Amino acid sequence: MSAPTTWTVPEVRAALDARKISARELVKDFYARIEKRNPELNIFLALSPERAYAQADKIDAAIAAGDALPTLAGVPVAIKDVISTHGIPTTCGSRILQGYRPPYDATAVERLERSGAIILGKTNCDEFAMGSSNENSSYGPVRNPVAPDHVPGGSSGGSAAAVAANLSVAALGTDTGGSIRQPGSFCGVPALNPSYGRVSRYGLIAYASSLDRIGPLTRTVRDAAMVMSVIAGRDPRDSTSASVPVPDYAAGLKQSLHGLRIGIPDDYFGEGIDPEVRKKVEAGIALLEKLGCRRISIRMPNTDYAIAAYYIIATAEASSNLARYDGVRYGPRVPGATLIETYQKTRGRGFGAEVKRRIVLGTYVLSAGYYDAYYLKGQKVRTLIARDFRDAFQKVDAIVTPTSPVPAFRLGERTANPLQMYLADIYTVTGSLAGVPGISVPSGKTSAGLPVGLQIYGPAFGEDRVLQIAHAFEQAGGNDL
Amino acid sequence: MKISKEDVLKVAALANLELSDAEVDSYRGHLDDILTYIEKLNEVDTSNVEPLAQVVAAAEDDSALREDVVVRADVITEVLPGAPDPEAPYFRVPRVIEK
Repeated sequence: MSAPTTWTVPEVRAALDARKISARELVKDFYARIEKRNPELNIFLALSPERAYAQADKIDAAIAAGDALPTLAGVPVAIKDVISTHGIPTTCGSRILQGYRPPYDATAVERLERSGAIILGKTNCDEFAMGSSNENSSYGPVRNPVAPDHVPGGSSGGSAAAVAANLSVAALGTDTGGSIRQPGSFCGVPALNPSYGRVSRYGLIAYASSLDRIGPLTRTVRDAAMVMSVIAGRDPRDSTSASVPVPDYAAGLKQSLHGLRIGIPDDYFGEGIDPEVRKKVEAGIALLEKLGCRRISIRMPNTDYAIAAYYIIATAEASSNLARYDGVRYGPRVPGATLIETYQKTRGRGFGAEVKRRIVLGTYVLSAGYYDAYYLKGQKVRTLIARDFRDAFQKVDAIVTPTSPVPAFRLGERTANPLQMYLADIYTVTGSLAGVPGISVPSGKTSAGLPVGLQIYGPAFGEDRVLQIAHAFEQAGGNDL
Repeated sequence: MKISKEDVLKVAALANLELSDAEVDSYRGHLDDILTYIEKLNEVDTSNVEPLAQVVAAAEDDSALREDVVVRADVITEVLPGAPDPEAPYFRVPRVIEK
């Protein structure tokens, strides 16, 4: 049979129900696609065919027996390489974890599989999720399927590219300062960063624990809603996961946007934004108004300080989290004369340039004499940024911004200046610091054909609202603006 | 210049990182840029502001509490083969204590 190029979650289900394709055939088709495209795009770091076919056979047996199927039955998914998968190599895009096979699954992975999803393999990313272009992977950069001489964004670039290139129906990414939303925007797919605490971080290999989150990248907003209902919820193995009840996100999508107040922060449309991105986002806001939203101008006065606060807090937490990679329990060891020398050599050679840069910065801001001036100051400014969001949500139901000030750039174009790369995270780090959910939804393309993302922020645990707005936007032709 | 070559070396030692001379030079420059940029936080008056370490709402505080139950992980046989120098049931490291 000739399979269609694109599949959404409901389309997979309909085809399985109608016996047009078996789960095994679907998996086989996806591996054939991967084999064809991966050498060029470098999206997958590891494939897990044994596990995928075993799961497919279980689904096919359930269909044959006439059993009720779980919500994601037969849906091929890709998992970012910073998320633990039992027995499947998990490297975080780093040499220091080369060959590591986790002894357990992350909760999000376990829940996906329990709901019938099929794990195809692990996606490439910036090393330990540190980067905005995927060029910090130790295994070479991913190429953007929309424009292969461009970056896919980062750090979940492989997950975004896997969905954009139709090499998986859905993918899990992780977001610390924009790492789900920005690659979603660069590759032209919906990408949701849920509220902090909404999805268990158990099995997510830590970068910055107070900021890290797991979320979906999908072909449609409805697919993101369906994946969210599966992966969200309290997990006793992550003490920061919240007990807030998980709604059926897909069921809430059909509500009208009429009368919803959307806040447009003037502070997000200042200098530095690409004129074409601005034009597409303005057109997106106009479309939301046409759908019944009321546009309200708001101020978020501490936005300008978000990058500085973020890079203090994230690197400080990273310097602590990454202390565990020392060549003792996993990964290759570079022997030295003493134990300390073994640590130093293993870490010096195992980590790439950006990771070392952030460890040095994070260690510096935490070191004696500088803690108050940097780390404590950063945390206080974080309070003010969270307050900006809290105040805004007194007046509006959602906040609409660009996802990134620029569209995808060319490979190698921005690697020389790390600070310049950091500054482009401005629209996403704010929500990361505040802990609120944000979705990037495709909002047309630039004249060069590069996707633009519109970001919708909601209040904490307001995933239902951001999904509802993003869905209406998508259905009204938001991506053809 | 906010940060010297010696500062980078000191921090690298704290973090157990071996850096080449070229890396020390390049990181010194980058860190200087970044720390200079971070100085803009001094424009913000935070004298009456509490630090925010964690966004999980206060109402969720009880969620961190659970019964202290022992659960066997039983992962040694799976974990050891991935270690660079295993000797069951231990991870072996270079000698730390002098004879």
